[in-house]
Amino acid sequence: MVTVHSTSPHFKANARRALGDEQLQRALTNVPGGFIAKRQHAKDKLPEFDALRDEARDLKNHTLAHLDVYLEEYEARVIASGGHVHWCETPDEACRTVIDICKAHDARTVTKGKSMVTEEIHLNAAMQAAGIQPVETDLGEYIIQLRGETPSHIIAPAVHLNKDQIEADFRATHTHLPADRQLEEGAQLVNEARQILRQKYIDADVGITGANFLVAETGTSIIVTNEGNGDLTQSLPKAHIVMATIEKIVPTLEDASTILRLLGRNGTGQEFTSYTTFSTGPRRADDPDGPDEYHVVILDNGRTGMIGSDFQDMLRCIRCGACLNHCPVYQAVGGHAYGWVYPGPMGSVLTPSLIGVDQAGHLPNASTFCGRCEEVCPMRIPLPKMMRHWREREFERHLSPVTVRYGIGAWAFMAKRPKLYRLATGIAARLLKLWAGKTGRLEALAGAGGWTRHRDLPAPQGPTFMAQWKRRRP
Amino acid sequence: MSAREAIFARLRHQLAAGSSEQDRRETASARIAGHAANLIPARAQIDHGAQVKLFIDQAEAVQATVKTLASHDDVPDEVTAYLRKHNLPQAIRHGTDAQLSGLDWHGRAPSLTVSHGPADPHDEASLSHAVAGVAETGTLILTSGPDNPTTLNFLPENHIVVVRAADITGTYEDVWQTIRATYGERQMPRTVNMITGPSRTGDIEQRIELGAHGPRRLHIIIIEN
Ligand code: SF4
Repeated sequence: MVTVHSTSPHFKANARRALGDEQLQRALTNVPGGFIAKRQHAKDKLPEFDALRDEARDLKNHTLAHLDVYLEEYEARVIASGGHVHWCETPDEACRTVIDICKAHDARTVTKGKSMVTEEIHLNAAMQAAGIQPVETDLGEYIIQLRGETPSHIIAPAVHLNKDQIEADFRATHTHLPADRQLEEGAQLVNEARQILRQKYIDADVGITGANFLVAETGTSIIVTNEGNGDLTQSLPKAHIVMATIEKIVPTLEDASTILRLLGRNGTGQEFTSYTTFSTGPRRADDPDGPDEYHVVILDNGRTGMIGSDFQDMLRCIRCGACLNHCPVYQAVGGHAYGWVYPGPMGSVLTPSLIGVDQAGHLPNASTFCGRCEEVCPMRIPLPKMMRHWREREFERHLSPVTVRYGIGAWAFMAKRPKLYRLATGIAARLLKLWAGKTGRLEALAGAGGWTRHRDLPAPQGPTFMAQWKRRRP
Repeated sequence: MSAREAIFARLRHQLAAGSSEQDRRETASARIAGHAANLIPARAQIDHGAQVKLFIDQAEAVQATVKTLASHDDVPDEVTAYLRKHNLPQAIRHGTDAQLSGLDWHGRAPSLTVSHGPADPHDEASLSHAVAGVAETGTLILTSGPDNPTTLNFLPENHIVVVRAADITGTYEDVWQTIRATYGERQMPRTVNMITGPSRTGDIEQRIELGAHGPRRLHIIIIEN
């Protein structure tokens, strides 16, 4: 955990900035229309959807309970098909392993398919420091690489941007193209990126992709893309490196198929993603194309420590992105406010596991506990429960700001003394109501400035719940 | 201790509470050897004629175009017509596929230049054959090899794929059984491509644009017999 570049400890400040960022707020309005309705439609068209979720959860639990042996089975099949497997405990080790393979091929440019794990290990920075130029090929990743940014969403990395910003970036970067060219339409932007990246695929010495799944049965890595960039990345260069983590394993091709039925539908709302590609080893003796070498780099980075812990369920995550899309906090502040690679509810659970609760202990507070994330999770991951676990741990470790700790301590003191509690809440309710006046809303409240900055606090109406309850009981 | 040893040592330590290593090994081997299907959606468990129809509907729903021909012999005519319709040069590339190579290209499509092998970056159109079509999502299955270079599936802007109606099946699971029968248990060709419609992206303001990096157009030719 040495190479942590995180602004997660500043979630509150980040979020405040995000709420005031007009461009971001405009871009974020695309999230509900882009994802939520489409997912619902795809789900409605498959009556077995919820039953598949149960199966996917169970099969992944089974896999995690047998993870050591499935990893061994997988490794043996990769080797038997002529590939190489590299095991890495830390991000630094993984970066070094990838760079060594690139150097063995005298690589100067390397194309990359979309991979959140390479974001997790900050591979691009490490490669550049080693004199190797990484070229992101997923359109969204390409755009944010031009801007020197990180992805703000795990499946839609540039969701925080508007068309006019992308146009400005392309004009500033692709200066060899005529300045008066038309570039206002999405199709024109897509086409320009297509033309530019075409040559990069051909020039690249090594191609790096992530892996959505690794299949123990056959030693196969699976990538799922809509653009086809991952396929050009892995089939044109001399070597293909797959960057994966230990929990990506599934036992069989049938098991992969079950989860694939959920992934596209739940993520982008597609019945099936355009390209699902199964890669096994390097090109065969009589293959006319494909990479000569096939390497799989398997990273741990804290995941073995999650096995058997309160957070093991998180290892079922298939990175579909639905919990981000449906999260009111994500919808309001976007992904960058979370301060590290994985945003939204899945990030709030995973980030403290990977970079430590001292760095990311605030994130589990970035939740309204509305429960939407768990409702839409295809792998039925109890995200709110795990966020609560982190909150408890953060409190136990006394990492909460002193005001929060005293606040909760005072509340606990009162809550254990029901009479005193009822008296105090009754007085407080009447006071707040008086204070709010006719509107019934409080625009500012001492000690709750963070809460009232972006919304009013409705003043309590009528007697307290306890008082009403008492009156209603026969 | 190597990273590999350290990772496995930690895993074994954490997993020991659940079951013994021996038990885990036996359970995992049995699951792999059995490769039993999980829940299969009812959607594609229909008769073959209905599967072919579902395949066509699903492929068209994701912006592929579909043409049904009586036999392979008509493929050169269809390729010529397709290229003309889209104002493309009369040139096509395919692998060393016996069926495609054996067609009467000269006689049926005299103006067409036919080349072979992996894609060249200047190719505008390519022709492949799919080993299967999956009805449930209108998905084509292409396997890599000399007969079907993988780059043909991704580099040109126009991809034409031939699939026999008899090879259209209900589900992905059916395909895995076919692949095991062809390549053997626990064996795969270098690449199996599942292709569902042409290339697309939603990365700019979440609006779908076709032809991001892979083919802008996908044309499927179904051969009836
Ligand atoms: S936690 Fe669930 S909903 Fe969120 S990305 Fe992972 S699988 Fe998808």
